[in-house]
Amino acid sequence: MPATQPAQPLAIDVRGIRRVYKVKPKPVVALDGVDLAVEPGEFFGLLGPNGAGKTTLIKILTTLLLPSEGTARIFGFDVERETKQIRRIMNMVAGGEQSGYGILTVREQLWMFSQFYGLPSRDGWNRVDELIDAVGLDEQKAQRVSTLSTGQRQKMNFARGLLNDPWIFFLDEPTLGLDVSAARSVRELVLAWKAAVPGRTVLLTTHYMAEADELCDRIAIVDHGRILALGTPDELKRRVQRESVFRIELDRLDGGVAALRQVPGVVTAAQAAADQGDGKADRQTILVNLALVDDAALGGVVGALGGLGAQILALRKSEPSLEDVFVELVGRGFHEDVDSTPKDSTPRARREPPASDPTDDARERETEVVA
Amino acid sequence: MTTVRTKPLPGRNAFVYRPTASPQAAAQWTPRQVAMTNLRTVIGRAYPRVTGMFREKSWVFFEILLPFLATSAFVFVYRALQAPPQYVGFVVLGGAMTAFWLNVIWMMAQQLWWEKSQGNLELYFAAPMNIMAVLFGMAFGGFVMSTTRAAAVLIISSTLYGVSFSIDQWALLIGVFFLTLAALYGLGMMLASLFLMWGREAWHLTQLLVEPVYFVSGLNFPIARLGVLGSVAISILPLAVGLDAMRQLAFAGAAYPIGTPPPAIEAAILVGMVVVFLVLSRWCLAVLERRARREGALSVRWQ
Repeated sequence: MPATQPAQPLAIDVRGIRRVYKVKPKPVVALDGVDLAVEPGEFFGLLGPNGAGKTTLIKILTTLLLPSEGTARIFGFDVERETKQIRRIMNMVAGGEQSGYGILTVREQLWMFSQFYGLPSRDGWNRVDELIDAVGLDEQKAQRVSTLSTGQRQKMNFARGLLNDPWIFFLDEPTLGLDVSAARSVRELVLAWKAAVPGRTVLLTTHYMAEADELCDRIAIVDHGRILALGTPDELKRRVQRESVFRIELDRLDGGVAALRQVPGVVTAAQAAADQGDGKADRQTILVNLALVDDAALGGVVGALGGLGAQILALRKSEPSLEDVFVELVGRGFHEDVDSTPKDSTPRARREPPASDPTDDARERETEVVA
Repeated sequence: MTTVRTKPLPGRNAFVYRPTASPQAAAQWTPRQVAMTNLRTVIGRAYPRVTGMFREKSWVFFEILLPFLATSAFVFVYRALQAPPQYVGFVVLGGAMTAFWLNVIWMMAQQLWWEKSQGNLELYFAAPMNIMAVLFGMAFGGFVMSTTRAAAVLIISSTLYGVSFSIDQWALLIGVFFLTLAALYGLGMMLASLFLMWGREAWHLTQLLVEPVYFVSGLNFPIARLGVLGSVAISILPLAVGLDAMRQLAFAGAAYPIGTPPPAIEAAILVGMVVVFLVLSRWCLAVLERRARREGALSVRWQ
């Protein structure tokens, strides 16, 4: 939050928002004192597991839900009292959205929604045609909405969300339920739109970590209605990475990893199991996981390896994923049930470089899900 | 409407509609912008209903043939009882008006509930128009649909059963017709809000309302035959009062059961109903929106 009053109001200014659903047998606290400041033009992500409170927050910000306590403003307009102004400058798209009427064609459906935003009829048709071209639905524009695939439907929803040229765009799990290719298309569309209109603000909620990592300028990690951490993806990752972790593939290593442990700046060095699955049985390589105090220490390591007569075949820097950040903050995995949270949920202690880096596996798993 | 087609201008940024200087500037609308947006919303929301009429031909069977058969049954009963010939005309007129009542109860009263389950409702509330404009659009689209159906039933039945109309006051008859529809769709708009508040009982409530309203509206017989119950119906049900006035006006000079007010009085009752139902529907919507925002009821749980 800036120390002085900004010249332009914040795109999103949330203070002490609390939202309680009165359900039986006991009330559910969906948001528990959330504070959030999003600058105009920012691509901001809310990352959290199902039930974290992301959608509740987005519904409050889109004027569809009242907070139980606290205030929220969109570009200075109060979400409780100035709903008309907010609705004129925002739009929203949710994952799995089935809005509209299946009997209409894509073109007609988008035109219908354009009328709700007051576009003159002819302008509406023109704008619809432009957006259909932009989102790549030209072949489907005369097709009935009821016959679209899930991915095509979400592209159409995305076009609907842009009809009024919103200053703030709320995307609630926009790639939910999409296959890899369709999800990528939607992400590319979001980025293309953001690049075309740089001053616009996006609030994205997702539980796909790679998606948040790829798209967002800043991310808030949310769980149980609270913001646990907030920062750029790199800042968040640095919270759990106290050393620079590298994986080096060598042709040989005379003297073993013990020799590397003597190099200044090396925190730990461990030999990993050699990859035998590449079908090259005659190829003998050595994999070493290194934890260095910082990236600069790598120069010393490279020099030391040269002195030992080892040739570097490959070098890769291992970075923690946002899931590591979540685990660090919460003490349980991102996709684990709350019930399986260990009683001792204190943040993990300093990371030791494991013999085979689990963050790689986590990242690969994640990539498989959302790439 | 669908024939308009203009290619995007070369080099134009497809993502930008009309550049605005700031969000604050974009949020300030003139009264004309507000009015035009609401008017366009009415047309936009009516569009799927009118278009659907041409795309789904099954309505010809369900909404012309079936009401025609139901009307025919009463025609044959009246003929078998040797009732005065204008009774055949009464039931034909009632059969035609059935289309409007069915449209109001099934496609107006239940509509917001259906929109909620489809995920449309929260998009409506999140858009800048007045939600009343959406209801007007639904009503306008429904009116176009039902008028076609009612006209078909009226023309086919009148031709087949030799109904001869005797109209002295055309202007009043047309006025009463439109007032009846305005009041009827006003009732539908109010019921739409109420049904949304009552949630999933909406379907059962609709079922519960259909037949009793058929009966107390006198769709198949003159309402005056119901005595006091008919008078009560005339005071609260637009279909009852409108149909009674239209029968008196469409068969002028024919013997008509006494006990109901003259058409001019019934037209005045309809004017009152239009005002009351529109005010009540607006009030119900405002209450509904506030309550739904407080309770989180604009979307179903899985949305």
